Amino acid sequence: MTTMTMKSPTKTANNGVNVAALLGARDSLSKAPAAAAFKWRVACEWVNGTHSRSAIGSFFGLGTDQPRKNTFTVEADHPEVFAAEDQAPTPVEIVLSGLASCLTAGVAAVAQNRGIQLHSVKSTLEADMDLQGILGIDEDVRNGFSAIRVHFDIKADATPDEIAAVVAQSQKRSAVYDIITNPTHVLVTVN
Amino acid sequence: MRRTTTIVIGAGQSGLAMSKHLSDRGIDHVVLERGEVAHSWRTERWNSLRLLTPNWQSRLPGFAYSGPDPDGYMTMPEVVAYVQAYADRIDAPVETGTTVTRVSRSGDGYLVATDRETWACRTLVIASGACNVPVLPALAERLPQIASLTPFQYRAPAQLSASGVMIVGASATGVQLAREIRASGREVLLCVGEHVRLPRLYRGRDIKWWMEATGMMDARYDEVDDLDRVRRLPSLQLIGTPERSTIDLNALRAAGVAFVGKLVAVDGAKAKFSGSLANCCALADLKMNRLLESIDAWIDAKGWADSFGPPCRYEPTLIAPNPLLELDLKAAGIGTIIWATGFRPDYSWLDVPVLDRKGRLRHTGGVVASPGMYVIGLPFMRRRKSSFIDGAGDDAADLAAHMSAYFTRAAAA
Repeated sequence: MTTMTMKSPTKTANNGVNVAALLGARDSLSKAPAAAAFKWRVACEWVNGTHSRSAIGSFFGLGTDQPRKNTFTVEADHPEVFAAEDQAPTPVEIVLSGLASCLTAGVAAVAQNRGIQLHSVKSTLEADMDLQGILGIDEDVRNGFSAIRVHFDIKADATPDEIAAVVAQSQKRSAVYDIITNPTHVLVTVN
Repeated sequence: MRRTTTIVIGAGQSGLAMSKHLSDRGIDHVVLERGEVAHSWRTERWNSLRLLTPNWQSRLPGFAYSGPDPDGYMTMPEVVAYVQAYADRIDAPVETGTTVTRVSRSGDGYLVATDRETWACRTLVIASGACNVPVLPALAERLPQIASLTPFQYRAPAQLSASGVMIVGASATGVQLAREIRASGREVLLCVGEHVRLPRLYRGRDIKWWMEATGMMDARYDEVDDLDRVRRLPSLQLIGTPERSTIDLNALRAAGVAFVGKLVAVDGAKAKFSGSLANCCALADLKMNRLLESIDAWIDAKGWADSFGPPCRYEPTLIAPNPLLELDLKAAGIGTIIWATGFRPDYSWLDVPVLDRKGRLRHTGGVVASPGMYVIGLPFMRRRKSSFIDGAGDDAADLAAHMSAYFTRAAAA
């Protein structure tokens, strides 16, 4: 083996990610791909105005329903400039938060796998949106973001290129990044 | 029914290298070839293609390039002549014009049916290549009425209409076709997913020279961290030209090629592209720099810094701030789509349960999961160089040794 092949994690780092368990799961799921079919679920209810509340509990995976210790709540509303009450973040901000959290989890896991000790991982996100889309003013303008910019500020025991590679790899393996950058079928039904 | 100890399927560099090592061990064998020697090199390549490896590296067991241009890259007629010369030199027992139609298990060996006669053998070596069938994404079927070509059908820009060309895939095939079709005056849109960027030359030597010198090409399948991953890596963005040009995205941009992200959906006449282009380029730039750093480190460790040019790093891949996410292909004047989306082997004739759920051969370093069956010439099969001409010899030597031991064990049982 030479210096040209991928280095194995000889450095010890503790980012609180159980990489051995993740690699073990990868190994078992590659042998039993049916167990890798997961379903994620959210139940949402209108509160009032543009305010809604989602409950997030069990999901399906490894061939069965997976209960959770807690049911989590995520609320969404719209700001006052939308003539709303601003009781919670807007859904598009929650999407950005989802992207940030997904990439951040990936940074921690990839860094752990590469033996890179993290000290702090901060990110700021900004997305462009032309309201002429959702307001139906201009049919040529899309409803969603025209671009998202993510900036990471990472302190870690690694070179700038090693940190950049961790961030690049976290994008490559991020579910939310994929959901946002690539089309997804959305099928909506009513009772 | 004819009988021989070993049947080798395919008379390309891998099958011939195997034949040489079987002969050296006195193992009676026949090489079955559907066309002529080096058939794929003769029939499944575009006109301008040259090898991506330099002439000096086209080594086969007991055979090497001896012409006037060791640093050059062979044209396809030169490759064909070279492989044919090797077949003649080793006097390989090739039965040309013989297409294998079915291989099945029979007793302690195999039956090999062909379009001419049926063979019975004890052991079998599949040397029919890794790139028999172009792989197209499922969405290719849903494209509007636009001329669509695989690399096997493409020969030269002159066969295309004068309209724009969308090339799907930016690995070795895609970037080379983009360069030549753009040079013919046509507009070219290149769909770029993950890719491997490399300079043709680094510190005065061919990148292939560095990859060999540093031991990278000899890295073994049982030593790498993630064998599945390295076997699936895209081909290198390289081109063989007399000028020894680099063919990265920046060079293509300078030539007037336009880029979009990976083609991810087709909706009527509209094509949709992934928003991941920037990261695909970042991954490729970072990976290239890691390779260059390891070359520099190798030189420094040897104390040879004065023997080579100075270290350098290349411009990051330049991508327009907001590449297109969607395009009406007809309205944009795209008249041809070329699928440079990879290739796969064809095992449709193989009636032995040795394929996994993805249709890949189950094998360990070329030893297939059926007694006495072998494969040679797949990417990173035993070594990083396994799918290159230069890799055929060492793999063939290993597999021939394994086969000898198999015969010895069988005789003792």
